[in-house]
Amino acid sequence: MRFECTAALAAGIALGLSGGAQAADLEVTHWWTSGGEAAAVAEFAKAFDATGNKWIDGAIAGGGSTARPVMVSRITGGSPMAATQFNTGRQAEELVEAGLMRDFTDLAEKEDWKSFIRPVSLLEGCTVDGKVYCVPVNIHSWQWLWLSNKAFEDAGVPVPTNWDEFVAAGPALEKAGKIPLAIGGQSWQTTGAFNVLIPAIAGKDVFLKVYQDHDAEAAAGPEIAKVFKAADDARRMSAKSNVQDWNQATNLVITGQAGGQIMGDWAQGEFQVAGQVAGKDYTCLPGLGVNELISTGGDSFYFPKLDDADKTAAQEVLASTMLNPATQVAFNLKKGSVPVRGDVDVSAANDCMKKGLEILAKGNIIPDTNQLNTEDTNNQLNDLFVEFFKTPSLTPEEAQKRFAAIIASAD
Amino acid sequence: MSTSETIARRPSQLFRNLSAKIASLPMILTALVVFLGSTAWTIVYSFTNSKLLPRLKFVGLDQYERLWAQSRWLTSIENLLVYGVLSLVFSFIIGFILAALLDQKIRFEGVFRTIFLYPFALSFVVTGLTWQWILNPDFGVQRIVRAIGWTSFTFNPLYDQRIVIYGILIAGLWQGTGLIMCLMLAGLRGIDEDIWKAARVDGIPTWKTYVFIVIPMMRPVFITTLVIVASGIVRLYDLVVAQTSGGPGGASEVPAKYVYDYMFLAQNLGQGFAASTMMLLSVAIIVVPWAYLEFGGKKRG
Repeated sequence: MRFECTAALAAGIALGLSGGAQAADLEVTHWWTSGGEAAAVAEFAKAFDATGNKWIDGAIAGGGSTARPVMVSRITGGSPMAATQFNTGRQAEELVEAGLMRDFTDLAEKEDWKSFIRPVSLLEGCTVDGKVYCVPVNIHSWQWLWLSNKAFEDAGVPVPTNWDEFVAAGPALEKAGKIPLAIGGQSWQTTGAFNVLIPAIAGKDVFLKVYQDHDAEAAAGPEIAKVFKAADDARRMSAKSNVQDWNQATNLVITGQAGGQIMGDWAQGEFQVAGQVAGKDYTCLPGLGVNELISTGGDSFYFPKLDDADKTAAQEVLASTMLNPATQVAFNLKKGSVPVRGDVDVSAANDCMKKGLEILAKGNIIPDTNQLNTEDTNNQLNDLFVEFFKTPSLTPEEAQKRFAAIIASAD
Repeated sequence: MSTSETIARRPSQLFRNLSAKIASLPMILTALVVFLGSTAWTIVYSFTNSKLLPRLKFVGLDQYERLWAQSRWLTSIENLLVYGVLSLVFSFIIGFILAALLDQKIRFEGVFRTIFLYPFALSFVVTGLTWQWILNPDFGVQRIVRAIGWTSFTFNPLYDQRIVIYGILIAGLWQGTGLIMCLMLAGLRGIDEDIWKAARVDGIPTWKTYVFIVIPMMRPVFITTLVIVASGIVRLYDLVVAQTSGGPGGASEVPAKYVYDYMFLAQNLGQGFAASTMMLLSVAIIVVPWAYLEFGGKKRG
């Protein structure tokens, strides 16, 4: 009872302050450092500065895997930033449970986030025990096959319209001196490709059974065996891709040295920068052209608890700024992602993004693996798939056994 | 406190060199609290299911069972063994030969010594990145040899699972051998001139003098060097991260990287602690018997 009173009082003070002109400097950490990403973050900073506060940019280079340990150790070490990016999902779960993150339920109810954030799974990902702890800012999906029209022209075969045709075109591409499928050496890329194959080959139900229910029997079953068979094809087709980073692999597709790449929708930023046009220079197949499904992962901002009252008030301003319709459109167009608001105008989107929006509107969506699995499970999957894709002697059967064991131990 | 009072009546041992003992107190405390304390803490928490944050929920040997079932961990151990043995053998042989050659009273000795020692001034990260470029088939050695005319020449250790650890070994040796050479050279300079003269008078060939007289006399130098090299091997991490990030396909993983990845990337402290405890154990298995022989024996003398 007493706690509730203090909480209400604190919230009251916070709201009162946010109404006033108390400006504050907020440090925001994130791992958006590539050209398009930095431009997108600048939109957030601009909008936040316009409220009279100041955005202190805390970009951490090297991608999420480098940035997350730094963020976590700052929060647990007692010198938290004012706001920080995490992927929508379970990455900050324990920080929330440990009471290190701020609860935004009041603001969410006041601004009625539930009414405009779509799909609902995004806000659910931010909710722990009925309380809202983060602000989803964008939607990214993984289920895309990017194809180079030039590579297929050179090989003298038509551009495939689905995964099976793509596999069938493999030998022709190879004959023409192309790498059929480009996959970078980083482990998350191989896991990502496999996770895209699951709903495409085995369907949405199997995907959910394996990753949501962590059903080890399904993971060891015949449907997943088919997926491993497809992964075996993918492994054969990607044997010659000697690159590390995902954008280097995308570049192989852009330059026509590779036939295709399985990568999330952030890859289209690279095509855009290279001046390529969807449909003419490259083709995108959502759900590998088999099962038109997209996942709804993305990024969310979390706000650690702070002692400073001014900063605490400014955190709320930042949260509403990020969800502001104008900011959402400006940010997401530069980022190449889909806004989390269903009520904004995205007519400036390109063809591929429009395909994504259509699928999203139809509701053919699955949760992102970051929402379903802990980082521990994802890391174990990374270890397995990076080994599988680079070790021809590891049979699909053996790999499936190890896959099932990981799923069985997942929580 | 009570113990110090009782001992205080016998001033002979405890209060001898009192100021020196007081001066070393901070270091003793650091060693006890930071090293031993943290080690004990790590071992205790390796038996828990701590994820992102440490928590005392004991799960017995689960973390260890999981660790030894991971093919990545087994590969890591195997890589460390291969790298460790080869790096030890080659850095000793090359370092000693270089030192022996430098010891022939050659001209410009200082210049050569600087050249050989210079790589040691570079960090492992810089070394790793440099060798990543040198061994890259599209930019480095392979391309140069092919450009000369040998078009079928293939040398891409960092992209071949079977030999990737040797690619890392090359970089490690390049970086570390200079230091070994310097230590050996210092040891050689410590050998009395008269021993060489006596050996020459007896007509013993130079190589025999080295193998049967000089090397046995250099035992302390060898042991110091061994400790330095061995500790460098166990903590092998940055070189791998810079050169291959564990690839291709996890073929160049090492234990220290497993520890880091599971503690910080996978947010599974328990698993990382279990792996680091295994590393500690493996070091202890090597170091404890050696320390016992080395220091336990001297007390008697």
